[in-house]
Amino acid sequence: MAKPPDCSHCQKQATIHLTQIVNNEIKKLDFCEDCPHQKGVTDPAGFSLADLLSAGEGSTAPLERDHGVCPSCGFSPKNFKKLGRLGCPDCYESLGSFIEPMLAKMHRGTQHAGKVPDALVSRIRHAREIKETEEALEAAIASENYEEAAKLRDELKALQSTSESANFSHG
Amino acid sequence: MQIQPLIDGKSELTHAAEPPQEVVISTRVRLARNIQGHPFPGWAKTAQRRDVLTACEQAIASLAQMQKSAVLEIENLSDLEKQVLVERHLISRELSAHGVGAGVVVSPDQAVAIMINEEDHLRIQVLRSGYHFKDVWDCIDAIDSSLEQKLDFAFSEDIGYLTACPTNVGTGLRASVMMHLPGLVLAGQMEKVVRAVNQLGMVVRGLFGEGSDASGSLFQISNQQTLGESEADILRRLGSVIETIKEQEINARLRLVENDPSKLADKIGRAYGILQHGHVLSSSEAMNFLSLIRLAVDLGLLPVEQRAQVDRLILECQPGHIQFAARENIDTEGRDIARARLMREETGQMPPLNFDKLAFS
Repeated sequence: MAKPPDCSHCQKQATIHLTQIVNNEIKKLDFCEDCPHQKGVTDPAGFSLADLLSAGEGSTAPLERDHGVCPSCGFSPKNFKKLGRLGCPDCYESLGSFIEPMLAKMHRGTQHAGKVPDALVSRIRHAREIKETEEALEAAIASENYEEAAKLRDELKALQSTSESANFSHG
Repeated sequence: MQIQPLIDGKSELTHAAEPPQEVVISTRVRLARNIQGHPFPGWAKTAQRRDVLTACEQAIASLAQMQKSAVLEIENLSDLEKQVLVERHLISRELSAHGVGAGVVVSPDQAVAIMINEEDHLRIQVLRSGYHFKDVWDCIDAIDSSLEQKLDFAFSEDIGYLTACPTNVGTGLRASVMMHLPGLVLAGQMEKVVRAVNQLGMVVRGLFGEGSDASGSLFQISNQQTLGESEADILRRLGSVIETIKEQEINARLRLVENDPSKLADKIGRAYGILQHGHVLSSSEAMNFLSLIRLAVDLGLLPVEQRAQVDRLILECQPGHIQFAARENIDTEGRDIARARLMREETGQMPPLNFDKLAFS
């Protein structure tokens, strides 16, 4: 059996073999484990070898930084890794960037194609309308557009008067 | 005992209106539902769980379909009562492990069970003996629609009903069929079936779901995916898988009868002998022997009326039921003796096996 090649930079045994094509010439480099880091050898087309080697360790650490924490219940993706379940219904929206890729892998599609509870949907839309009007009203007041604010306040009152209890019972 | 009236009553599993079928034992559909603005049970604090329990109990109690139901709170039940409910598939093992704030509402015929604060706020379940997706779906759909008038379910127009685990989001529907597959087990083909079913996005599990064994050749086949497909499509796809497995099971039985009838007759005969005369029987032994007696009924060796009795015994031979009938906790050895006594009494009344029905070579 042929002797394994030595590192291009020191005399230790090479375990990393890099093939680069530079100006139509194939260059083969052999490294021991230490030299690529010390010499700053990187793959010019993409990630550095150091990044590649450490990708596994660092992949779970920045979960909160990347996806945030649910403001409704304080649940974070780290909790999901531990419990395998979410904190509250709002997590689907607040941690959407964390959950959506999972859904795509788990299911046959990503869009609900089943039963739609009509009364519930109209309640959801109603609540959304109230929230949007409230936000518009705040913005109008902040920009001292009082004519618009008065109009929005009347709209909000009308919406709220048709609103049902947002709690448990709709009996 | 709080659950005594329930167990004494006539239930869908023990006293179904129509005779049990050959391969499919029962059909079950469950819907996972949660209430908007409340943390899921696994993340909620005790007081929040209690609030949800009270609100759900009230909403369920007002349903026309759930009049005269038993309302049971898990913390008030003994370990034995919980075990009996698990064995009847009225509560899950997970719910029985939860203490405070968990409950179940069970209809008098035990066809409907609504678990509160299991993994989700509500797990509505409808069960029927035999193979009946349409009836079961119509029933659960009506209950769900009535509950929706009273409770603000967490729902998104994009991804449907929101559930604690993303694997249930969308329809929140899990449909499962309990199948008796001794032919495929004896022919050593179950592994092949499990692989094929998994490839179609469906799951095969033992009698008590995930991680349970398949004593008595009983298997649950259910859908795995809940988002991106309508309820009707999920049930249709699962239905076609069930039909195929049923066909494979019947073919496997025919091959067993054709290829080695003496071996099959011997297995059934020995099972019958031990059930009628044994004095110590573990629950998995009893299940496996009862499975062979059910097969004997299907093959015509015993009158078809015996099938209902076998199905009842499959339920009653389980550890919780044996102790519940004895009105006390009994250790494993005592249970094995009590179980053997029950089997002697019950199978002793059955007619002898008519082996002429098997085509001997």
